[in-house]
Amino acid sequence: MKIFLNLLKTPSFLFGAGCFLLTLCLAFIFPFVYPIDTVTRVGLPYMPPSASHWLGTDHMGVDMVSLIVTGLRSSLYVGFLAGIIATGIGTLMGIYAGFKGGWQDNIITMVTNLFIVIPSFIVLILISSSLKEGRSLALIAGIIGCTTWTWSARSVRAQASSLIARDHIALARVNGTGTFGILLFHILPYLMSYVFMVFILQIASGILSEAAISMIGLGPYDSVSLGTLLNESMKNEALGDGAWWAFVPAAGLITIVVFAFYVINTSMEGVFNPRLRK
Amino acid sequence: MSIFEVDDLHLHYRTRFGEKIPAVSGVSFALEQGEVFGIAGESGCGKSTLVNGCMGLFIPPLYPTSGDVRVAGESIMNRTPADVRTNVLGRKVSMIPQGAFNSLSPTRKIKDIAADMIESHEKGVSKKAIHDRLQQRFRLIGMDADTVLNEYPVRLTAGMRQRCVISISTLLNPQVVIADEPTSALDVTTQKAVITMVFDMLDKGIFSSMIFITHELPLLRHVADRIAVMYAGEFVEVGTTEQIIFDPRQPYTKALMGAMLSAEAGQKQKKPVAIEGAPPNLAKPIVGCRFAGRCPEARPECHRNKQDIRIVGNRQVRCDYAV
Amino acid sequence: MRSEVDVFDAQDVTCIFGHGKKAVTAIDRVSFTIADQEIVSLVGGSGCGKSVLAKIMLGLLHPNSGRFLYKGNDITDQRRHWREVQPVFQDPFSCFNQFFTIRSQLRDSFGILEQKPSKQEMEERIDQALLAVNIKPPEIEGKYPFELSGGQMQRMLLARIFIIRPKILIADEPTSMVDACVRANILDYLMKLKQELKMTIVFITHDIGLAYYVSDRLFIMHQGRIVEQGAPDEVTLRPQNVHTVQLLADIPDIHKPWILR
Repeated sequence: MKIFLNLLKTPSFLFGAGCFLLTLCLAFIFPFVYPIDTVTRVGLPYMPPSASHWLGTDHMGVDMVSLIVTGLRSSLYVGFLAGIIATGIGTLMGIYAGFKGGWQDNIITMVTNLFIVIPSFIVLILISSSLKEGRSLALIAGIIGCTTWTWSARSVRAQASSLIARDHIALARVNGTGTFGILLFHILPYLMSYVFMVFILQIASGILSEAAISMIGLGPYDSVSLGTLLNESMKNEALGDGAWWAFVPAAGLITIVVFAFYVINTSMEGVFNPRLRK
Repeated sequence: MSIFEVDDLHLHYRTRFGEKIPAVSGVSFALEQGEVFGIAGESGCGKSTLVNGCMGLFIPPLYPTSGDVRVAGESIMNRTPADVRTNVLGRKVSMIPQGAFNSLSPTRKIKDIAADMIESHEKGVSKKAIHDRLQQRFRLIGMDADTVLNEYPVRLTAGMRQRCVISISTLLNPQVVIADEPTSALDVTTQKAVITMVFDMLDKGIFSSMIFITHELPLLRHVADRIAVMYAGEFVEVGTTEQIIFDPRQPYTKALMGAMLSAEAGQKQKKPVAIEGAPPNLAKPIVGCRFAGRCPEARPECHRNKQDIRIVGNRQVRCDYAV
Repeated sequence: MRSEVDVFDAQDVTCIFGHGKKAVTAIDRVSFTIADQEIVSLVGGSGCGKSVLAKIMLGLLHPNSGRFLYKGNDITDQRRHWREVQPVFQDPFSCFNQFFTIRSQLRDSFGILEQKPSKQEMEERIDQALLAVNIKPPEIEGKYPFELSGGQMQRMLLARIFIIRPKILIADEPTSMVDACVRANILDYLMKLKQELKMTIVFITHDIGLAYYVSDRLFIMHQGRIVEQGAPDEVTLRPQNVHTVQLLADIPDIHKPWILR
């Protein structure tokens, strides 16, 4: 499509997408050339980077590179899953409220505002801490998704309600199309580019939320994620020991991935919204 | 010497693939001092492109191909946009683009927008002097200066905003005002008020000549002294208002006049003229007359022979067979 | 044969938007009747309420007070109402979904009919409707709305009416976004529709010339009220109400004086 070609010409998009693809390669292609082992102790605790272990070892002597790659995979997984859930819930709520208006809109807006007012991170902490044993990556993603959908809902609702004034909606109604049909065929396609942008931001937000919750020790029970690596480095005072390789790579990767997503989002905005183009 | 002259102007659009689409093909006219010159045409005929080109502001993908535009004898082509903005726009020629009243910055008051106009053209004018000038000018044209100047555009009605736009555009007393569809989005009562103000400004000498672009011929009948009818990037007929409205010669002009519906006794029986089809696609090369495909009076030769605009009496007609 | 029952019967209809201080009375105690197979025009400047009245006629809005009857009954079942009352809107491009082909959207119109015809019959009816507005079916084959001209798209809106065959047509500024040369064609098709389907048409327009040419009766509206109604000649030559006089004076007409210079 024309839009896609326009995107490929935008330098910021290429930069963001490039960064993201690099991290994907690191997470999924790199393991084919490097043995990933997060269990075996290959050296002393907190050994500095060397030729054989590029990022040294962690507090138990496990290879840091393996941990980083595994952690990246988990964080991406949580981010995407949380993003899908949050965007899904938010979009459905948003287009329904935006289209219906009236009391349906009022109820949904009230619920949305309720969820906004309650700090989602606190909810995340409360739910995570109450589930001592069963905290899997999927569950964490689920919790994040179910508490951060409010932003999608509000944005999509605003877009949807501006669409209903268009005559093609009125024409669809007098054609006898039901509410579901109108939402699916006459509103959603017009919002797709917007929903996609919202999705990108929700993924980024999901990765950050996971990192935050894991960093304070309420992360997944038996998986490695970038956040759990930060948690371990804090627990074992890596900073005090000068073992920068225990937290800088993890924090750096989180920053790069999230930054890449934000850049992709901004560049898409320039292409999808012609008024922002110079 | 005419106050504004367009000499065989050709303008084109360049597509992403490097194609050249000729949007304006060989338009020439001269605006005399004190005259209102109307350009009539339907959507896509090129009148807005022509007007943008007349200002010398060529923003890609619009480019000049050839031809000249002269303001009081001085050419404005081949000048940098900055030069045009400081020395030509606002001062000698002022333009009111289509939908201007919706383009006022919503976060600034009218008086600030107006002050910008003065400050960007005249250096070192004191704030008090600007304030006085604005008050004086707005009062002169019958607007309540105290309330309007201190308002934000969004709080004014559409008609009021358009009147502000016109006032601001003419603050520096330009010689020529070019207005592109200035009243098309306004309802009839507001339209009348805006045009009344424009005539008032003409009478008070705030500006002397005007180029008025619109698709509404009844409006031009009351506003313009001379009218040019535009079709597919060319002028097809140019003449006085009386000639064009009541005695059109070129078939497209005749069709436009015939399509008008008037609420007059006896007009109910008159069936309006209808022409099928749409204007030609300018991206493809056109052989023969551009109107031939839809012309009710077309002959076989029309599809082969390109029609040049010729002088017939004291008007110009682009049709070899027009009587 | 004309029915005795009035098609539309408005009894003291009022429609208010918003509440409290910001309440806007869009329609103010309006009463009128429209007879079967009549062509009526609602004329007025912006804000006069004509579009709101059109939406009430279409059953898209309900009055806050008063009654609005269609063939003697209140409008309760929207789907049933839309089988008999259909619109033509002003902006043909905004009326169609840009993501689907034109033909598929014409096919969607069958959704309102009580009994959906067979696939073959649907395609035949679409072809017939296209020919009725002078478009050969291959011309729109596989095409999307933005690929056609304004005049062609407006004809698509009319083709839709030929497909659905309603009894009443509400035409909201059907020619204001169409070139003057093509306007008369659109009006021709509308008249053709009226004769073939024995339709009642309600025009909403600000163009009194158009209303004069096309209507049996004119309703002049101003700020939510009908200030004058009558035959075109009566209203334009012998206007009684001050707002009608103002409206006629404000519209530039080539035969009449407009602004004194």
